[in-house]
Amino acid sequence: MDMFTGIEMAAKVGLIVFVMLQVVPMMVWIERRGSALMQNRRGPNRVGPLGLFQSLADVVKFIFKEDMVPEHCDKFYYILAPAVVLLPAFMTFAVVPFGGDITIAGHVVHLQVADLNVGFLYILSIGSLGVYGIIMAGWSSNNKYSLLGSLRSSAQMISYELSMGLSLVGIVMIYSSFELREIVFRQTYPLMASAPGILAHIPKWGFFVQPVGFIIFLSSVYAETNRLPFDLPEGESEIVAGYHLEFGSMRFALFFMAEYLNMVTASALLTTLYFGGYSFPGLHIAAEAFTPLVARASEIASSLMPFVPTLANPDQWARAILEVAVFSAKVGFFMWLFVWVRWTLPRFRYDQLMDLGWKVFLPLSIANIAVTGVLIYLGVI
Amino acid sequence: MELATGATDIFFYIFSGVGFLFALFGVVLGKNPISCAFSLVLMFFCISADFALLQAHFLAAVQILVYAGAIMVLFVFVIMLLNADTKNLDLGRSKVFQAGAAFLCLGLFAMFVWSIRHGTGSPKDVGLTPEKVLSSGGNLRVISELMFSDYILPFELTSILLLVGIVGSVALAKRKMEHK
Repeated sequence: MDMFTGIEMAAKVGLIVFVMLQVVPMMVWIERRGSALMQNRRGPNRVGPLGLFQSLADVVKFIFKEDMVPEHCDKFYYILAPAVVLLPAFMTFAVVPFGGDITIAGHVVHLQVADLNVGFLYILSIGSLGVYGIIMAGWSSNNKYSLLGSLRSSAQMISYELSMGLSLVGIVMIYSSFELREIVFRQTYPLMASAPGILAHIPKWGFFVQPVGFIIFLSSVYAETNRLPFDLPEGESEIVAGYHLEFGSMRFALFFMAEYLNMVTASALLTTLYFGGYSFPGLHIAAEAFTPLVARASEIASSLMPFVPTLANPDQWARAILEVAVFSAKVGFFMWLFVWVRWTLPRFRYDQLMDLGWKVFLPLSIANIAVTGVLIYLGVI
Repeated sequence: MELATGATDIFFYIFSGVGFLFALFGVVLGKNPISCAFSLVLMFFCISADFALLQAHFLAAVQILVYAGAIMVLFVFVIMLLNADTKNLDLGRSKVFQAGAAFLCLGLFAMFVWSIRHGTGSPKDVGLTPEKVLSSGGNLRVISELMFSDYILPFELTSILLLVGIVGSVALAKRKMEHK
């Protein structure tokens, strides 16, 4: 590993972790204001303009609260649990591409932390580890409600992992790759190349070729992130607060953060697999128009700060900036969808949840694979 | 990203050693069933890391996905549900059994060492070098193509075996339900 690769990796990891940490308080604010909007309330509006600094105040409160471990808890696992929940939440984003390639100083840089051959299998396997933290939390708390919450959570996650994994098989069959960058690239192909006029420019996004798979995957992701309508592990009206009942101060905040980080990753995955990732039809035309602006900005920057060199390839930078913007906008939409659904749908009952997972989604996802196979054989997709 | 050969070797031995320690002190000699289960998960991680170092990325991912992510969750689930603790397990009652198990394990280990050192059969050379695998589309593509062409019979037989297992478990669960 040479010097450049090391700096590149460190920069990308640092960027992802920084952005993800910034998204959490923003998202908490959006969720609280969004819920208020839907329920005809005001929501937080005292701290800062539009209550924007409310999350900051909350963080300060979490940090300064007394950090205590209840007497009846298993201390080792109690302290370990929030970290075990948080770690996979951070790790899963590593394989998601958030932009195309840029050439910097003669090196091609992928805007993706790790380009793994196993692709989203990595996401599925790391994502399936989050349940351990929840189990640890519930078990170490030595509390009936906590244990019930973590039992519910593990049962739910195992049930929906199956249909989630199977719903992705259709995507693999169509794009014949596990690598997310390759899948994004293949989604830029036209859906119907021979169609007249503007119709020929519709991209071959996963949503258009796998609508059933998309619905199954979307619902399973909601169950995996323990969000409404599948938030039975928390179920505050039944089991108080579920697995994080005995946790206070920053430890509780870590569970909270993990939930939002999982939402970010889930939204990024939905974007990448079903909505063309960072690509968008006509993006290259916009990038051409944007290039002079980037070149000019780069010149101004280097004239103000002599140690900054001017960009050798402003066209690539313009494209990459637009790609990251498109990616962020799509992810933002799915994050909003999480909030939207949460404040629209009521919670499932437990037997309904299990019935839906095993008797509806599992057969449906297997049928989806069969139908996809037949359609590919017939040459329709 | 390729590490230097020396670094790969060092990491391989580190992960193997740590995995062995978790297996011995965490799983075999552990007292608390939950701790044993979590140690087993960590040992799976070490094995997965070894696979990844040997360029078997698919095996590494599946090792975590299947063993750590699904099977061990069920183990932990059952342990928590039955609330098993050391008293119920009553490990002390069968010293003879333990000694027998240890003897058999050591025997198996000795046999492996012997067969690796003195075995005459060489591994079948199918011409799969890391470079060739990479040039023909990566680990995953090569495995899936081999599985559905040269090794289709063993693959299908394994899936039939799994199907029999599923049917069997459903039948067992159903019989209990009908008795009620």
